[in-house]
Amino acid sequence: MAVTEATLAEAMAALGSLLVQFLQMALVLALSPLLTGVVRKVKARLQRRQGASVIQPYRDLRRLMGKEVVLADNASWLFRVAPYFIFASTWVAATLVPTFATGLLFSWSGDLIVITALVGSARFVQALAGMDIGTSFGGLGASREVMIASLAEPAMMMIVFCVALIAGCTQLSTIAGFMLSEAVGLRVSLALALVALIIVAVAENSRIPVDNPATHLELTMVHEAMVLEYSGRHLAMIELASSVKLLLYVSLIGCIFVPVGLVHGSAPRAAYAIGIVAWLAKLAVGGTLLAVLETSVAKMRVFRVPNFLGAALMLGLLGVLLLFVSRGM
Amino acid sequence: MISLVALCVLALLVLALLGAVTALMPVGRVLVYGGSLVLCLVLLVAGLASLDTTVQRVTLPLGLPWIGAHLRLDALAAGFLVLIGLGGAGASLFALGYGRHEHAPQRVLPFYPAFLAGMVLVVLADDAFLFLFAWELMSLASWALVMTDHQAEGTARAGFVYLLMATFSGLTLLLAFGLLAGAQGGYDFASMRQAHPTGLLAALVFVLATIGAGSKAGLVPLHVWLPLAHPAAPSHVSALMSGVMTKVAVYGFIRIVFDLMGGPVWWQAVVVLALGGVTAVLGVLQALMEHDVKRLLACSTIENVGIIFIGLGLAMAFQVNGFIAGAALAMTAALFHAFNHTLFKSLLFFTAGSVLSATGTRDLERLGGLIHRMPPTAVVALVGCMAISALPPLNGFASEWLIFQAVLLRPDLPQWGLKFMLPVDGALLALAAALAAACFVRLFGIGFLGRPRSPAAAEAQEVDRFSIAAMAVFAALCLLAGLFPGAAIDAIAPIVDLLLAGRMPVQLADPWLTIAPIAASRSSYNGLLVATFIVVSTTIAAVGIHRLASRAVRRAPIWDCGFPDARPITQYSGASFAQPLRRIFGAVVFRAHETVDMPAPGETRPATIRKTIHDPVWDALYAPLVGLVTWAAEAMNVLQFLTIRRYLAFVFAALVVLLLALTLWQ
Amino acid sequence: MHSLSFDIAHMLAGGLVLVSFLMLYQDRLYALLNVLALHALVLALSVAWQAHIQDAPHLYITAAIALGFKAILIPWALRKMVFRLGIHREVETVVSIGLTMLAGMALVALSLQVMLPVTAQADPVAREDIALALSVVLIGLLMMVTRRNAVSQVVGFLSLENGIIFAATGARGMPLVVEISVAFSVLIAFIVVGIFLFRIRERFDTVDDAALDQFRGGRS
Repeated sequence: MAVTEATLAEAMAALGSLLVQFLQMALVLALSPLLTGVVRKVKARLQRRQGASVIQPYRDLRRLMGKEVVLADNASWLFRVAPYFIFASTWVAATLVPTFATGLLFSWSGDLIVITALVGSARFVQALAGMDIGTSFGGLGASREVMIASLAEPAMMMIVFCVALIAGCTQLSTIAGFMLSEAVGLRVSLALALVALIIVAVAENSRIPVDNPATHLELTMVHEAMVLEYSGRHLAMIELASSVKLLLYVSLIGCIFVPVGLVHGSAPRAAYAIGIVAWLAKLAVGGTLLAVLETSVAKMRVFRVPNFLGAALMLGLLGVLLLFVSRGM
Repeated sequence: MISLVALCVLALLVLALLGAVTALMPVGRVLVYGGSLVLCLVLLVAGLASLDTTVQRVTLPLGLPWIGAHLRLDALAAGFLVLIGLGGAGASLFALGYGRHEHAPQRVLPFYPAFLAGMVLVVLADDAFLFLFAWELMSLASWALVMTDHQAEGTARAGFVYLLMATFSGLTLLLAFGLLAGAQGGYDFASMRQAHPTGLLAALVFVLATIGAGSKAGLVPLHVWLPLAHPAAPSHVSALMSGVMTKVAVYGFIRIVFDLMGGPVWWQAVVVLALGGVTAVLGVLQALMEHDVKRLLACSTIENVGIIFIGLGLAMAFQVNGFIAGAALAMTAALFHAFNHTLFKSLLFFTAGSVLSATGTRDLERLGGLIHRMPPTAVVALVGCMAISALPPLNGFASEWLIFQAVLLRPDLPQWGLKFMLPVDGALLALAAALAAACFVRLFGIGFLGRPRSPAAAEAQEVDRFSIAAMAVFAALCLLAGLFPGAAIDAIAPIVDLLLAGRMPVQLADPWLTIAPIAASRSSYNGLLVATFIVVSTTIAAVGIHRLASRAVRRAPIWDCGFPDARPITQYSGASFAQPLRRIFGAVVFRAHETVDMPAPGETRPATIRKTIHDPVWDALYAPLVGLVTWAAEAMNVLQFLTIRRYLAFVFAALVVLLLALTLWQ
Repeated sequence: MHSLSFDIAHMLAGGLVLVSFLMLYQDRLYALLNVLALHALVLALSVAWQAHIQDAPHLYITAAIALGFKAILIPWALRKMVFRLGIHREVETVVSIGLTMLAGMALVALSLQVMLPVTAQADPVAREDIALALSVVLIGLLMMVTRRNAVSQVVGFLSLENGIIFAATGARGMPLVVEISVAFSVLIAFIVVGIFLFRIRERFDTVDDAALDQFRGGRS
C-alpha cells in the first residue's frame, strides 16, 4: 500500500512537472506576438505615431491563417513544409530557454549550443525555401542571410563559450543558477559577452541596424526578401516563428544576464507566479529597449554589416581569451 | 576473426584479378561490385564484432623473410575496419547501378577491389613493411582510379600532382618508421611500442608522421592534391577516397602518434590544433568559392579533416596534462566525427554522381530545379547537406557538439601555447561550422531548387534503384547516428580505452538516451527528444491549421515583387550567391578580386564581370617549389646530351668515389 | 579575492580595453572623437576608483585632469579643428577594420602573456591593470600605424597615453610629479600636433600624411 502511494505521489509529481513544462511552451507561444506588438507600439510612439494596437500581431496571424495560400507554379514540397519546420524548430529552441523557471522536465534535452544550432536549422531551411522558386529576390535574401549567419553564429558560439567557461557548463538552467549565486561578481568577459549577444540578437532577429523588419525596399531587404513568395498560413507560420525568435533572444539575455526572479522547477507552485511576473517585466523592458535602439540608429549598408558582426565576434573572442589566460577575469 | 578479415583481403585481391579478366563483359561489373559489396559487409560485421574483444595477432610467412607479415586486429583497427566496410559496402551498392555509365570499365574494375584491399591492409598491418606496402597499394590503386577518365581536361594534372604527393607521403612515413625502428631495426610494431623515442628523435618522428599522414588526409598546406584528385575519379571512388581513404590516413596518424610513439608532447598538440583549425576554415572557404559540385565536396572534406584533427589535438593536449577523461571525450568526438563524415560525405558524393549521370554536368551553374526531376535524390541530398552543416538532430551536429564540449572542458591548461590555441580553435571551429552551413545552402539551393539553368537539368531523369538504395541507406544511417549518438559513443569507447586507458561514461545507461559528456547538469543533448519535439510540433501546427483555419491552395505565377522574369538566368547563381562571403573572407584569404567591364551607353558588347582568386598556399609554398624543380631540371638538362664515353666516365668516377669513401670510412 | 573593490577596478580596466576596441571599430571622425572622450571618461573613473581603494587623494587630481582635459577639452578642440579644416570625415584605414581588430586581439593576448607571468608576485589588481594597460598602449600604437588620417593618429596617440596613465596609477606610490609631467608633455604634444595639422593642411590641402612622402629625400 505504501509502495503504491509512493508511486502515485511520484506519478503526480511527474505529471505536475510535465504540466509546468507545457505551460512554459504555451506561454512562449502565446506571448510572442504580444512582444512583437509591444515593440511596434513603442517604436511608433517614439516616432510620434499612434501605431497599431499591441494585439495587432494576433489579428494579423488570424487573418493570414484563414486565407488561402497562393503558391508559385514551380514551388516544391520543400517550400510548403519549410514554414512549419521553421516554426517548430524555433519554438523548440525557445522552450529550451528557461523563461520563468529553471530545471524543467525537458530542460536537459538540449543546452545552449543546441539552442543556437536549432535556430541555425530554422535559418538553413528558410534560406533554402527562399531559393526554391528561383527568383532573384529569393536568392538575394538567402545569400545575404547566410552571410550574416556566417558571422553571427560564430559570434554566438563565442558568447556561449564565454558564459560556459564562467559557469562551468553549457546547461542553461545551471548557468542561470550560477549567475544568481554570489560566485559570479563583476567580470569583464561577461560584459563583453553581453554586448556581443545584443549585437547578435539584433542581427538574428533582422532588426535595425542590420535589417529592417518593416521594409519592402529591394536594396535593403534580407529576411523579407526570402519570404517574399509566401502567403496565407505559410506566411503566418513564418511571422509567428519570427516573433518566437525575438522572444527567445530577449528571454535568453534575461536568463543569463538578469536571472532575477527565476524560480527553480522544484519550487512550490505558488512561486511560479513570481517567476512569471519577473519574466513579463524582463520582456517589457527588453522590448522597449529594442524599440529605443531601433529608433535611435540608422540602418547600415549591407556591406557594413560584416564589420558590425565582426565586432561581436571579436568581443566574444576577447572575452574567451581573457577567461583562458587569466582565471581572475 | 582476424583470419576471416585476412581472407577477405585475399578475396578482394582475387576479385581484382577477376575484374581485370572480365572487365569488358557486362558480368564483370556485377561480379566485382557485387563481390565487393558482400566482402565489405563481412568486413563491417567482423569489425563490429572485434571492437570489444581482445587483441588478435597472426604472422604470415610473406614479405621480407626475416620480418614476415604481421597482422593485428585491435579495437582501433576494428573501428576503422567498420568505417572501410561501411563506406566500401555503400560505394559498391551505389556502383552496381552507377557503374553502368562507365565508359571504360577496364580502367575501374581491376583497381576498385585492390583499392579496398589496400585500405584494409593498412589498418591490419602490424609491421612497418606491410604498413608501407599497403599504404602504397592504396595510393597506387586510387591513382589508377583517378586516371580513369584520363582524356578529360585536368585529369592528367590531377593524377600527376596526386602521384607526387602520394610518393612524398610514403617517403616521409618510411623515414618516420625508420626512426621509430632505431638502429636495431625492429620493424614490427610490437618492438616499436617498447622503444619510446624521446627528445629530438620523437620530434622528428612526429613531424614526419604528421606530414605523411596529413598529406594523405588533406591537412593544409598539404591539401592541394585533394580538390584535384578526388573529383577526377568516378563518383563512387570519390566517395571512397573522401569518405574512407582520408580516414585511413587519420588512422595512420593515430596509430603512430598515440600508439607507437607512446604519448605526445605539448607543443605537438599545439601544432595539431593549429593545423586543424586552419585546415577547417581554409577548406570550407575554398568550398564556398567552387562551382564544380565534386570539387566543392572535396574541399569540404578538407574542412572535416580539419575538424577531426582539432579533436585529435584536443585529445593530445589533455593527455599531456594527465586529464584522461577530457582526452577520452576529445578522442571520442574525433572518431565519431570521422565516422559521421564517412556517412554524409559518401552520401553527398553519391548524390553528386547521380546528378552527374542524370544531367551530364558537375557545374553548379548549369543545374537547378532537380527537386522536381529527381525527388528521392533530392531528399537524401537534403539530409546529407543538413548533416554536414551540423544541424540537429542529424549526426554531424552530435559529433561537433562533443568537440565543442571538449574545447570548453578545461581552460586552465598550464602551457601558454595551449591556452591560446584552445579558444582560437573554438572560434575557428564555430566559423567553419557556420560557413559550412552557408556552403551547403548554396549547394542544395542552387543545384536542386529554383528553376533549371540548362536543358540538361530540365530533362534530368531519376537514377536507378541500386543508387537510390545506397543513398537511402546512408541517409537513414545519418539520421540514426544523430538520434542515438549514445550508441556510437559507447561503441567507440573500447578504441579510446585502448589508446588512452580511459573512456567516456557509458551513455546508453541513461533511460532517456541523453548524452552527457561529464554530467547532465553540465551539458547534455538528447537528439531523439529534440527530433521528437520538432516532428510533433510540426505535425501539430500543420494539422491544426489545415483542420481549423484553411487548407486552400491556389497555384499562380511567380510573384517576385511583380517583376517576374521568365528567363532562369535571372536567378541567383552559385557565384552570385557566394559573392558577399567572397567579399568578406575571400578578399583577405584568397585575394579575391572582381573587375567589372561596363560598356558605355550605346555600345552593343555585353558587360562582363571577372573574378580572380589566388590560393595562398599554392602561391607561397608550391609555386616556388615548382620553380626550383624546373630550374634544377634545366640545369641538369646538359647531362642528357653527352657521348657514351662521358657517361662511362661518370659511372667510373662514381665507382671510384664510392670505393674511396669506403676506404676512408675504415 | 572577489571583493567588490577588485571587481569594480577590474571592470573599469576591462572597460578601457573595450573602449579601445570601439575606437578601432569607428569609421567616422566625429564618432571616433566621441569614443576618445568616452575612453578618457573611463580612465578618469578608473583612476578615481584607484584613488579610493589606495587611499591616495592625489590620484583624484589625476582623475580630474583626465576628465577635464582629455574627456572634454581635447575632444572638443579636435572637433573644432576637424570642422574648421573641413577634413574628410571618414577615417581612412590602411588595413580593413576586421583585420585591425583581429590584430588588436592578438596584441591583448600578447600583453597578457607577457605581463601576467612577470608580475606573479604583485597584488591581483595591479597585476591585471598593468597587463590591460599594456594592451591599451599597444592598441593605441596599432591605431596610429593603421590609420592614414593625421587626426585619427592623434587619437591613437592620446589613447596610448591614457594607457600609460592607467598603468602608472595602478602601481602604488606613484609620485604626483611624474603624472603631472606626463600630462603636461601630452598637452605640449597635442599643441605641437595641432600646429602640425594646420601646417600640413596649409601646404597640401589634405591631412593625409601620405602627401608628405613625396617630399622625402631619396627613393627609400
